[in-house]
Amino acid sequence: MRYEAPKTTKEAATFLKKEKGDAFILAGGTDLLVKMKLGISAPDLVVDIKKIPAMNAINHNASGSKIGAAVSGAELGEHKGLSKSWPGVVEATNLIGSDQVQSRATMVGNLCNASPAADSVPAMIAAGAKAIVVGSTKRRTVPVEKVVTGPGQTSLADDEVIEAITLPKRGKRAGDAYLRFIPRTEMDIAVVSAGVNLTLERGVVKTARICLGAVAPTAILVPAAAKAIIGTKLDDEALDKLAAACSAACNPIDDKRGTIEYRVRVAGVLAKRAAKIAFQRAGGA
Amino acid sequence: MSSVLVSTTINGDPVEFACPPEETLLDSLRDRVGLTGVKEGCGTGDCGSCSVTLDGRLMCSCLVLSAEVEGKQVGTVEGMVQNGQLHPLQESFIDNAALQCGICTPGFLVAANALLARNANPTETEIRYALAGNLCRCTGYDKIVRAVQVASKEMRKKSKKTKKK
Ligand SMILES: Cc1cc2nc3c(=O)[nH]c(=O)nc-3n(C[C@H](O)[C@H](O)[C@H](O)COP(=O)(O)OP(=O)(O)OC[C@H]3O[C@@H](n4cnc5c(N)ncnc54)[C@H](O)[C@@H]3O)c2cc1C
Ligand code: FES
Ligand code: FES
Repeated sequence: MRYEAPKTTKEAATFLKKEKGDAFILAGGTDLLVKMKLGISAPDLVVDIKKIPAMNAINHNASGSKIGAAVSGAELGEHKGLSKSWPGVVEATNLIGSDQVQSRATMVGNLCNASPAADSVPAMIAAGAKAIVVGSTKRRTVPVEKVVTGPGQTSLADDEVIEAITLPKRGKRAGDAYLRFIPRTEMDIAVVSAGVNLTLERGVVKTARICLGAVAPTAILVPAAAKAIIGTKLDDEALDKLAAACSAACNPIDDKRGTIEYRVRVAGVLAKRAAKIAFQRAGGA
Repeated sequence: MSSVLVSTTINGDPVEFACPPEETLLDSLRDRVGLTGVKEGCGTGDCGSCSVTLDGRLMCSCLVLSAEVEGKQVGTVEGMVQNGQLHPLQESFIDNAALQCGICTPGFLVAANALLARNANPTETEIRYALAGNLCRCTGYDKIVRAVQVASKEMRKKSKKTKKK
């Protein structure tokens, strides 16, 4: 194995392009090093992105936010401005693992590892986050929901690396939230999760995005659930419709962590609760 | 296979070693630097017995490549002893019987020290969350949590005294 730590994103992409064997980006390593230890991955080349300045920066201003791909969960949680504008995205990322894992784990690593249960992903998708993708010859911007194509699979080309995640401009009457269900209080993998992001106008839901995790091969946006609450004051009837739309959108697996029936039902319940928190954070009454 | 040369600082001392690029910091600390306080419980980030600090942040050394620590500051349990004196957390773990076999203890000490560095007076809940990444299979967690509470009290008393002087 070779280890490289380039200083620019372009160089990182070029290393990936030139490598004939298996090449991996290394961010926090909390997925990659586990896979190396377990013999699931055996890289010929590891490209560490933590020495790239653009990947370590957080930019947060009136026109939007940009979070570098090497920013750890701990650093994200310490950023006051982001925690205020996007509490759902930050709390979802901060749920990943222990303090030890938080010092290393990144949102982009969480995304690119492509687990259906990745915690930060439903929150990012609900927020309307986009990924800035840099290849050896060109750059592109893709909505986060277009990155993961199936368990362990992404739409990134062999020479592509994500440089940063962007979040849209945030108005005053806006709120987001993320909830996951796990059998313990800490250190476990989501059985079901839900991210909700909404904006209000005169106390009524104006826009909404609702995304579920761990109930399908990838995190799924549920437009029908958003439609159920747009134009409402999040009354019980709207919430019940939202829950029904979420349950209908589920296509989960049956395993020892949760049966299909259980996951389908809890998806609706969690989405409802997350919607209430987001509504309250947006200043709704 | 070519090896990488790593220059780093461990517990304040400059250290240099060569290792294969896929070697973890855990293995280098134990087998090349001779700091065997870090333990391998799982090797996959679950147990925390390999906890160290890197530029002040707590992490599992089994999930860090040695090549990554070039130019950084590494802290291990060995660095908690100052001038031959045990750290108050170490004293408190002994006094409160917060260990049995001791395999998990260095990891708990490093994690608890990282917690007290950012929060000198944590609540019991805060201690339990901060130590959720450390597993112990003999002592049980109550004594460990109590030992951290006692140490935090001692340390606050001491820092008040030194401030008065
Ligand atoms: C003890 C423990 C507990 C955990 N708990 C949780 C949990 O509660 N919830 C959860 O969701 N996850 C959990 N995880 C999994 C893991 O911590 C997260 O998925 C984390 O966010 C991965 O980020 P990373 O930066 O460490 O990724 P890495 O391991 O560095 O990378 C992961 C994958 O993404 C690729 N990659 C990374 N960055 C980029 C980039 N910029 N461009 C292109 N590809 C890239 C890598 O090549 C690799 O394939 C846990 C892991 C451990 C060890
Ligand atoms: S050995 Fe590193 S966490 Fe268990
Ligand atoms: S004292 Fe034996 S594992 Fe904790």
